[in-house]
Amino acid sequence: MEKQKKTLVIGVIGADVHAVGNQILYHAFTDAGFNVINLGVMVSQEEFINAAIETNADAIVVSSLYGQGELDCRGLREKCDEAGLEHILLYVGGNIVIGKQPFEEVEKRFKAMGFDRSFPPGTAPEVDIAYLKQDLHVED
Amino acid sequence: MKPVLLIDFGSTYTKVTAVDVDAPRLLGTANSYTTVQTDINDGLADALKKLEARTGTLDFCARYACSSAAGGLRMLASGLVPELTAEAAKTASLGAGAKVLKTYSFKLNEDDADEIRELNPDIFLLVGGTDGGNTECIIHNARVIKDIGGDYPVILAGNRNAARTCAKILEGREVHITENVMPSFNVLNTEPVQKEIREVFLNRIIQAKGLSKATELLNGIMMPTPSAVMAAIKLLAEGTENQKGIGDLVAVDVGGATTDVYSVAEGLPDDPRTALRGLPEPYIKRTVEGDIGMRYSIRGIVEAAGLKKTAAIANLSEERLNEIVDLFAAHTDLLPSDDETQRADEALASMAVRVAMTRHAGRMSEIFGLGGLQLIQTGKNLLNVDQFIVTGGSLIHTEHTGRIASYGFFDEEDPGSLKPKHCTVLVDRSYIIAAMGLLSQYYPDAALTILKEELVKDDGTK
Repeated sequence: MEKQKKTLVIGVIGADVHAVGNQILYHAFTDAGFNVINLGVMVSQEEFINAAIETNADAIVVSSLYGQGELDCRGLREKCDEAGLEHILLYVGGNIVIGKQPFEEVEKRFKAMGFDRSFPPGTAPEVDIAYLKQDLHVED
Repeated sequence: MKPVLLIDFGSTYTKVTAVDVDAPRLLGTANSYTTVQTDINDGLADALKKLEARTGTLDFCARYACSSAAGGLRMLASGLVPELTAEAAKTASLGAGAKVLKTYSFKLNEDDADEIRELNPDIFLLVGGTDGGNTECIIHNARVIKDIGGDYPVILAGNRNAARTCAKILEGREVHITENVMPSFNVLNTEPVQKEIREVFLNRIIQAKGLSKATELLNGIMMPTPSAVMAAIKLLAEGTENQKGIGDLVAVDVGGATTDVYSVAEGLPDDPRTALRGLPEPYIKRTVEGDIGMRYSIRGIVEAAGLKKTAAIANLSEERLNEIVDLFAAHTDLLPSDDETQRADEALASMAVRVAMTRHAGRMSEIFGLGGLQLIQTGKNLLNVDQFIVTGGSLIHTEHTGRIASYGFFDEEDPGSLKPKHCTVLVDRSYIIAAMGLLSQYYPDAALTILKEELVKDDGTK
């Protein structure tokens, strides 16, 4: 049964130490039936990738709350490609950019960086979960 | 009196140690050349004769042995990600007393296959993938190992979902399946694979290495010498039911070919706000520096520590030190014979201790983020360990042991390296640590008493 579960690697990228949202996501995703590898806070791109390789993960869900998300996330998709994770789903969410910018533009920029989906501040975990299930073809 | 004989079949010397377990004390030690090529018992008999010449005839009630003869327990391992399962495989193998010739990561290629064929290990450890995780890599590697051929046993300790497939690929070979060395992400599970390694060593390696002739004379199991050393270190730190141990410690064994470092300590950060990175650290950790040794790997010491720095410590010119290094490398049985070679030997030993300790100890780094200063620790924090045990020819046969050992301590010039700050140095003058590790398997209290008695304090004033 265990291996039927989809595996997610989650964590807060860069030098960001915001731990609360990360814990909430961990519990929400676990309760929703995912196998969650939680890397916690201050996670480098390499750590996301290494964990995803070893656990054969289906998606990497990156959080960033301190405004440096765009810098921290740049190149993650390319590194995934390099590491043989061409088909892995990439999500990002939180306060991923500085200041008030229209989220459509932010989303477009992250899309160009190779993120399949990005989520604005205040997104409820249920929203992410619904998209994850849709993108990973998980039936309820 | 109840005399027990402990034997260490080393790569060069067969060392014998006699102890009385009745009123625990060391009776004597002696050594002779190891004769693994002909009959290993010849060297043993010779060493025994020398021993009894000193102690008088002894009627041993038991004989136990450990061995690192014929190259030791030579292992190769392959994992998936270098920092994760490959590192876990290496840590587990070293902890089982093996000599890890090389650790491979990701998929093995044709060059790796050629190298593996050439190295022809005693055991191949195949791991990779957490349980339920990646299966592709370990299955690929099992195919490569099958195609290489050879008759060494393969231990499978990777993703459980791939174990049967790998065993099937390797059908016809001796295969041992055991629990995953990393069952879930960043969780180390070393004991099952270490148990398997020990069993393969006992059932197979001893036969293959021509050591079985000696086992007829022995009462107990043989173990790889590094395992015996680890057992002694653990006993000394933790004590027995009846006797207290001395607590957390670090031990450094500077040999001719390698330098081994052992630490017994949790190694957690002093400040709880410190973030921990990397694999969890074993409470008893062994690392082996294959490029740091006093004879075969002497060049590696100056390469790692720098010729200039080493020459300054030896108070020799760089040219002169270079000459002495070449001399020792070419004549591995040479001992320091005059003041210059003695100073060179001690400076090189000091640098060997420093390099090996720096690699063994953890590291603290600082990151300034929006929340202020953030500390990040990788590896073990040994700052508060206050006992430092040293062994190995170059350290025990000099009166400057304390000074040499202090090069393994915390260094203001490299404050991020979490080496011990203030230590009492204990010297293995009679070279008995491995023997006491063996003895501890049967007579732990006697072994601990003798260890405490025989390890000599050096206050470093010389």
